[in-house]
Amino acid sequence: MWAYAGRRLLLAIPTLLGASIIVFAMVHLAPGDPIAAVMPAESSQAEIEATKRAYGFDKPLPVQYLVWLGRVAQGDLGRSIATRRPVILDVRDSLANSLVLALSSSALAFVLGIALGLLAAFRQGRALDKIASAVAIVGVSVPHYWAGIILIIVFSVQLNWLPAMGAADGGGPLEYLRHMALPTVALSLIPLGVITRVVRSAALDILNQEFVLALRAKGLAARRVFRHVVKNAAPQIFTVLGLQFGFQLGGSVLVEAVFSWPGTGYLLNLAIFQRDIPVLQGVILVLATFFVLLNLAVDLLQTVVDPRIARH
Amino acid sequence: MAIATALPHELDPVAGAPMSYWRTVAWRLAHDRATLVAATVLALIVLSAALAPWLAPYDPNAGSIRLRLAPVGAPAHLLGTDEQGRDMLSRLLWGGRMTLVAALTPVLIGFVVGTGLGVLAGYVGGLTNTLVMRTMDIFYAFPAVLLAIAISGALGPGLANTLISLSIVFIPRVVRVAESATVQVKGLEYIAAARASGAGVGPILRYHLLANVLGPILVFASTQVSLSIILAAGLSFLGLGVTPPAAEWGLMLNTLRQSIYVNAVVPALPGLAIFVTSMAFNLLSDGLRDAMEIRS
Amino acid sequence: MLQRAYAWVRAVDGVSFDVYPTETLGIVGESGCGKSTLARLLLRLIEADAGSLTFGGEDVRGASRPRMKRLRRDMQLVFQDPYASLNPRLTMEDAVAFSLLVHGTPRGEARERARALLGRVGLDPRLYGRRYSHELSGGQRQRVNIARALVLDPKLLVLDEPVSALDKSVQAQVLNLLQELKAERALTYVFISHDLNVIEYVSSRVLVMYLGEVVEAGTADALAQSPKHPYTQALFASAPSLDPDRRMDRPPLTGDPPNAIDPPSGCRFRTRCAFAMPRCAEAPPPLRPVGATHEVACYLYEAAAAEVASAG
Repeated sequence: MWAYAGRRLLLAIPTLLGASIIVFAMVHLAPGDPIAAVMPAESSQAEIEATKRAYGFDKPLPVQYLVWLGRVAQGDLGRSIATRRPVILDVRDSLANSLVLALSSSALAFVLGIALGLLAAFRQGRALDKIASAVAIVGVSVPHYWAGIILIIVFSVQLNWLPAMGAADGGGPLEYLRHMALPTVALSLIPLGVITRVVRSAALDILNQEFVLALRAKGLAARRVFRHVVKNAAPQIFTVLGLQFGFQLGGSVLVEAVFSWPGTGYLLNLAIFQRDIPVLQGVILVLATFFVLLNLAVDLLQTVVDPRIARH
Repeated sequence: MAIATALPHELDPVAGAPMSYWRTVAWRLAHDRATLVAATVLALIVLSAALAPWLAPYDPNAGSIRLRLAPVGAPAHLLGTDEQGRDMLSRLLWGGRMTLVAALTPVLIGFVVGTGLGVLAGYVGGLTNTLVMRTMDIFYAFPAVLLAIAISGALGPGLANTLISLSIVFIPRVVRVAESATVQVKGLEYIAAARASGAGVGPILRYHLLANVLGPILVFASTQVSLSIILAAGLSFLGLGVTPPAAEWGLMLNTLRQSIYVNAVVPALPGLAIFVTSMAFNLLSDGLRDAMEIRS
Repeated sequence: MLQRAYAWVRAVDGVSFDVYPTETLGIVGESGCGKSTLARLLLRLIEADAGSLTFGGEDVRGASRPRMKRLRRDMQLVFQDPYASLNPRLTMEDAVAFSLLVHGTPRGEARERARALLGRVGLDPRLYGRRYSHELSGGQRQRVNIARALVLDPKLLVLDEPVSALDKSVQAQVLNLLQELKAERALTYVFISHDLNVIEYVSSRVLVMYLGEVVEAGTADALAQSPKHPYTQALFASAPSLDPDRRMDRPPLTGDPPNAIDPPSGCRFRTRCAFAMPRCAEAPPPLRPVGATHEVACYLYEAAAAEVASAG
């Protein structure tokens, strides 16, 4: 089991390196002089030359990459062009907010999704199943940024129950929660749909196995059948939960844009708008690293839940 | 995912003639109500997008500020006007073309390129397989949205760049499915039998492997379309996709966002279009998956 | 980076034999003894790690691709699983005709010959030619498999458990078909099975395999009259029989075959052998003749083998 863990860890490293190469290459993919990506437009020629030497742009690309990688490993993600602040600070602050959003929307999606999925599976073919499945497919199809806008229209503009923007800095925890409500719901819709469908399908697979049918025919208590289904469907469900949580980190970009929620997505959006490449690079690198480590954690936890995987 | 070694056996209404696999799939699709509804809706959407130049009552880029944000059902504008006074119906029709092209093309590219790479990696195995699959893993390090943003962020906005960026998002996914399916089929005995007959890689791929592998890949690709639509519109929403003044549903959603305080319905329309299209594709892909399932 | 072998299994270890034209060589043994691997090795569907393979004087192992393609016309394989051995997307006549197409036969002629062969194996091509494999029963599919193997007019047919997946009544039909075809076309068979009754029925010579090695070899009669190796004796004793005198109360062999990855030292059968001696753990017994057409790998027959060696 530890051998498997070690191997997966080892595998994650080249993946991360490869991802870092992609992020690094972003600057050089951009049309135009890469130096323009890190300097404000009005810099003089002398300033540009100085910065070029300082950033090492005069050196060959692989060397630049290694230098950049070295700095990243020490936590130096460069400076924002717009604010001149170290990127790492901005990322750290916004990450906290994004994580809050991701965790809350995931929790909502998980709980509802598992409940709906199991409900649908145990009442297969009946009204409840159809309703749950309909909710699921709506969830999966809805563009979350549009859902956010609709929620704002209904709950903020028309009903004026909940705020539409930002996180109300300095407003205290209750205000924070009020501001968090709508983006959480918007972000939870797609995972809700996915999880419902996966749980339903996994549970149905088990319920339709012949020996389960036989047990039910013999009158085995519903509670025990339920426990059996949950236990056996757990690995699959677990995987999907992990994947969806990772997806939340990326997907929050669009929802945060709608609600001006001060998370990494908001930061990213701003950076895109301002062509602030260092911030763009920093945020994406941090999120990607998070995602890879999260997948790794899910894989390893999988082997605890389902030991068969490690043996293969 | 199960690879068929036995096929669905359906009662063919025409007695005596055996039904091939694809005929069975088509039969099932035609008899599933949800699929039929979804297919009809989709056909309408695609048709109206394709015929936009003839169906749109106005020039999508022409508008006057005087008429801005007219509500739905306004005298000359059936679906109202946007924040610059341009007719919503026309912009939705033209926007549909843009969104559909931006969303469908990358999935198609992903399907073709991904199948090619995945089947190659799966059949040849060994070092080739390792190289291809580990490279794909690197792209999998990014959630789809993030990868699209990263590449589009670097390349800049525009339709061509959006197509490139989304294709890069989808190719690794298809490669994974294709490789996995190929490896499964490769182990089946009829492949060994074909090799025993002296067939080379070419004939085996063509006659035996591809036909049996395309099914699951096709189902998978169809599930990705709705994601592609949401991503393509999402990129435009962020300013990374199609640029103004072009009409595209995501872009329209963005520019109309500030207007929700004035008029609640009109800004919601482009998103509604995205939602309906996306859902139709999902229903269709569900139907396809059920139709292609092996049932004894 | 990531292909790894967990352990080496010597699936086929030091197996050496000749096959004479128009004989039927039967190979019998339990599951896991390496029979199927052997079948695939013979046709070079798997590459051997060491050893030589010749067919009609020609070297098979080192054959170039075009030579191998030509050689494949002469030796064919009939597989065990009638379900997985036919491409579900091809009609039966296309499945049989494929081999001919591969070797350059024009499409029309290939189809004609395929249909003729289908008829010969007992499937009316007008009824079954355009059908798909899921519409045929197990026995019918095996007939198609046989037709496919014969369409290239091979000289050697390797049959890997061709009737094991079929009902007893169907087994008899297919076996008789095989005997007829052999006589008609002067074929040579290598017939692999775990079912001793079947092997006895069809074979002229028999090889008994255990855990990758040959433990006994000889003509079918010699083995049936006096099986020498304890394993062979157990096999004969445990073969189901309608003859009440041949039935037993207790199973002659207990336990499961040992782990193929880590076989017992010396003679691999010693852990289940009623006659095991200390000697058996030291070194594996070599295969030695104990009669004109009879060889055994067992220390019990040291004396007999020495006699034959000195006499010959």
